[in-house]
Amino acid sequence: MSTNVSAIETPQSAAPAWTETLHEWVTTVDHKRLGILYILYGLGFLVMAGIEALIIRIQLMHAHSSFVSPQVFNRMFTMHGTTMIFFVVMPILFGFANYLVPLMIGARDMAFPRLNAFSFWLTALGGLLLYFSFLGGNGLYGAGNAPDVGWWAYAPLGAKAFSPGHSTGYWTIALLVSGFGSVGTAINIIATVLCMRCPGMHLGRMPLLAWLNFVMSGMVLIAITPLTAAQMMLLVDRYLGGHFFDTQAGGSATLWMHFFWIFGHPEVYILVIPAFAFMSEIIPVFSRKPIFGYPVMVGATVGIGFISMSVWAHHMFTVGMNSYANSFFAITTMAVGVPTGIKIFNWLGTMWGGRIQFKTPMLFSIGFLFQFLIAGLTGIIQSSVPVDWQLSLSYFVVAHFHYVIVGGILFAVFAAFYYWYPKFTGRMFSERLGKWHFWLFVIGFHMTFDVMHVPGILGMPRRIYTYEPRPGWETLNLIVTIGAFIQAAAILLFVYNLVVSYWKGAKAGNDPWDAWTLEWSVSSPPPAYNFATIPVVASRRPLWDQKHPEDPDSRYE
Amino acid sequence: MNMRHRHNSAIRCALSFLALFFCAAAAAAPVSSTNIFAPASTPARTIVGLSHFVIAVTAVIFAVVASLLVYSVVKFRARATDAGREPAQVYGSTQIELAWTVIPVLIIIVLFLATARIIHAIQDAPKPAAALDVTVIGHQFWWEFRYPKLGIVTANELHIPVSDPAHPTPTFLKLLSADTDHSFWVPELGGKTDLIPNRVNEMWLDPERPGIYLGQCAQYCGTQHGKMLLRVSVDRPADFAAWVSAQQQAAVQDPKVLAGKHVFETTSCINCHSISGTAANGRFGPDLAHLMSRSTLASGAAENTPANLRLWIQNPDAIKPGSLMPAMKLSDGDLDAVTAYLETLR
Ligand code: HEC
Ligand SMILES: [Cu+2]
Repeated sequence: MSTNVSAIETPQSAAPAWTETLHEWVTTVDHKRLGILYILYGLGFLVMAGIEALIIRIQLMHAHSSFVSPQVFNRMFTMHGTTMIFFVVMPILFGFANYLVPLMIGARDMAFPRLNAFSFWLTALGGLLLYFSFLGGNGLYGAGNAPDVGWWAYAPLGAKAFSPGHSTGYWTIALLVSGFGSVGTAINIIATVLCMRCPGMHLGRMPLLAWLNFVMSGMVLIAITPLTAAQMMLLVDRYLGGHFFDTQAGGSATLWMHFFWIFGHPEVYILVIPAFAFMSEIIPVFSRKPIFGYPVMVGATVGIGFISMSVWAHHMFTVGMNSYANSFFAITTMAVGVPTGIKIFNWLGTMWGGRIQFKTPMLFSIGFLFQFLIAGLTGIIQSSVPVDWQLSLSYFVVAHFHYVIVGGILFAVFAAFYYWYPKFTGRMFSERLGKWHFWLFVIGFHMTFDVMHVPGILGMPRRIYTYEPRPGWETLNLIVTIGAFIQAAAILLFVYNLVVSYWKGAKAGNDPWDAWTLEWSVSSPPPAYNFATIPVVASRRPLWDQKHPEDPDSRYE
Repeated sequence: MNMRHRHNSAIRCALSFLALFFCAAAAAAPVSSTNIFAPASTPARTIVGLSHFVIAVTAVIFAVVASLLVYSVVKFRARATDAGREPAQVYGSTQIELAWTVIPVLIIIVLFLATARIIHAIQDAPKPAAALDVTVIGHQFWWEFRYPKLGIVTANELHIPVSDPAHPTPTFLKLLSADTDHSFWVPELGGKTDLIPNRVNEMWLDPERPGIYLGQCAQYCGTQHGKMLLRVSVDRPADFAAWVSAQQQAAVQDPKVLAGKHVFETTSCINCHSISGTAANGRFGPDLAHLMSRSTLASGAAENTPANLRLWIQNPDAIKPGSLMPAMKLSDGDLDAVTAYLETLR
């Protein structure tokens, strides 16, 4: 297949001028290029948000530190959180979805290529607006203030009275604009999955990655809406004299909390479901077995999608809801653990009886399983409302959600990077550096985030710019900081590996992992418009059928 | 070889994680630690009981699932002898799926019932007639405490009586906010509850033994959220009564510091602070009538020493940058005089 595909590639006579290349990338509507733009953009912001995290950690290394002022510290954690969620993890996940969904369902592009480009550039604009605030957003402390209201911007802290100037305005508009971008991409993924599948691929044969991104997109449509509404109300408050959240004029602080978390909790699943999607493709290939319980995996994902819409107020157990509301959100929160647990069991079921190959993507996947298990269990601990009255707003929560986002999602993203890098670039990465990256990151991760639970138990609240030397706090925080630097070193190694392998890596060929889904049937990188002839599939693993004509999947499904 | 190494470290990680949990749980409570596992009041103690149960259940789940993971990684690793053959292709099993759906459902039902019972026990506890009422008002970045039935207004250091289980005298806190959201958290006495503008929240404490209990604001409230500390002094009944009657006295009027009092009354200090018996009746800052009865300044930001007090009045930013008290640019003489005056307010 790769041969007839390269025949339609444009002949490379002379290298194009860099302006021409730039122009091509900026005006592209190709889903693969947009996917890569999303990913590079996310990696760029990862560096920014990582630096912010390190500043936070240096400041907290010991008690009464004055490495940065409280004003700067508050900006750092606000920007770190906002950036990581909206401008690192979301774009990277959208980038992979953009690149992979059409390829895996045998389509030549997304359903709406122009909308796709528009969505990317909106997201990009959002991130730039947010960071422009460092220069142009005046706030409580004069010109050039980044927002400092925390990534939830709880009312009334985000109101004009407490955040004068425009820094909070930049935050609001950045989220609003990137939210429009997310909605555009979600619509696009839904339309692509529903309308662009190749012949033979009915929904029950669709790769799980496409299924999960489909569910995720549905959740984006539901969850981004209240966020957008809330941001618009906040803008009305701030610039047109409204009083939705302006408590000094009778507005409601808890209304903002509800709006924010009706978005905020599903958001966690919007981020984690694509991570699940990576796992559902990678674990089978390196276990050499099909995914265990495909229909159950789809069902569990849809179940998570529904239940996760009714758990938001578990972020609000301390705001004084009555005992019935607290109990309701406790049971829904615990319930969301059931489909999540089922997914973990099915991945284990996939590995069970397999022949597991410990290539770098699989190492990160095993790390994901182990850490996501712990993250889920500390989540269950906090769903027990009275326990959460102690743990909420403490470093325990910070450790918990970093366990989800770093230990779970980021590990899955690393797995995805290593797994699809050969497809994206046509080159293999260095397996040796990949393993170094893995072990270094595992050590750094556990030093930081295992230890971080304990200061929370010892009474240390989050978001404090400095602290008293209470028993244990200093030692624990020092260990956490050292771990953070080890993680940073590991990430540098990762980026180095990506960059150097792009030129020096061995040629990958079409299918380096002996995998089973359609993206591995075309050349690496895939040609423009992916498929010279649209494939026809008869099972969930078309390449398995091709490689094992004597025992095709189509016989069992 | 590489692989064996990995399993060991996975197990070690798991063990150290659990060990950390239980170390924290077992650590003895020195006076004024902020360990949630060193309870000294019914709500905190009940929560510890529930935590032990929830941690035990999750630890068992962890042990089972993590062992399965480690087992499959060891047992089902690819070997040289496989010679590239594929393993048996298994697509799923309805019985197994049912089993691992039903068991988690049963577990969460148990967890939920245990949780709901404690929510009810703490949140819906009846208020005994002997309860003490205190209104807590969160301010950027300090705490105001009002005792409506006792006519006391104070700041940052809360005094409450020990509650004898035979004749409970719990303290019921009414939580309000003057500006942004805050959260009242003294881990050894109970969980945290937010203070939210335009909203009335409640919580209660019934301390078992006297002592100083520390805590701090837990909900990000602005620049100096980090130095919005809390001190709760749990007093024996006699000590509490003595403290109450001292606080009920009007502020000391010492003729030796009239100059300082004059400076105080003629600068804008009085717009923000109250001192009974003077012109000062501001409510933007802490009540200073009994300033010297407190051991810290500015919500625990500094010890209440003459030097710190003088520095605070001269330049609050030196102690708490971003606090809402402005530097008043007093002359050195005025500064000494005001400090001397405030020093008399026991
Ligand atoms: C604009 C209002 C304002 C003015 C004017 C003002 N203060 Fe304050 N003051 C505050 C606030 C607010 C705090 C609490 C600061 C904090 O803890 O973050 C405070 C705290 C204090 C404290 C510490 C109280 C405690 O219990 O810890 C002292 C003492 C004090 N002020 C003295 C003075 C004196 C003396 C003057 C006049 C020279 C003055 N203040 C003027 C607002 C003001
Ligand atoms: Cu506060």
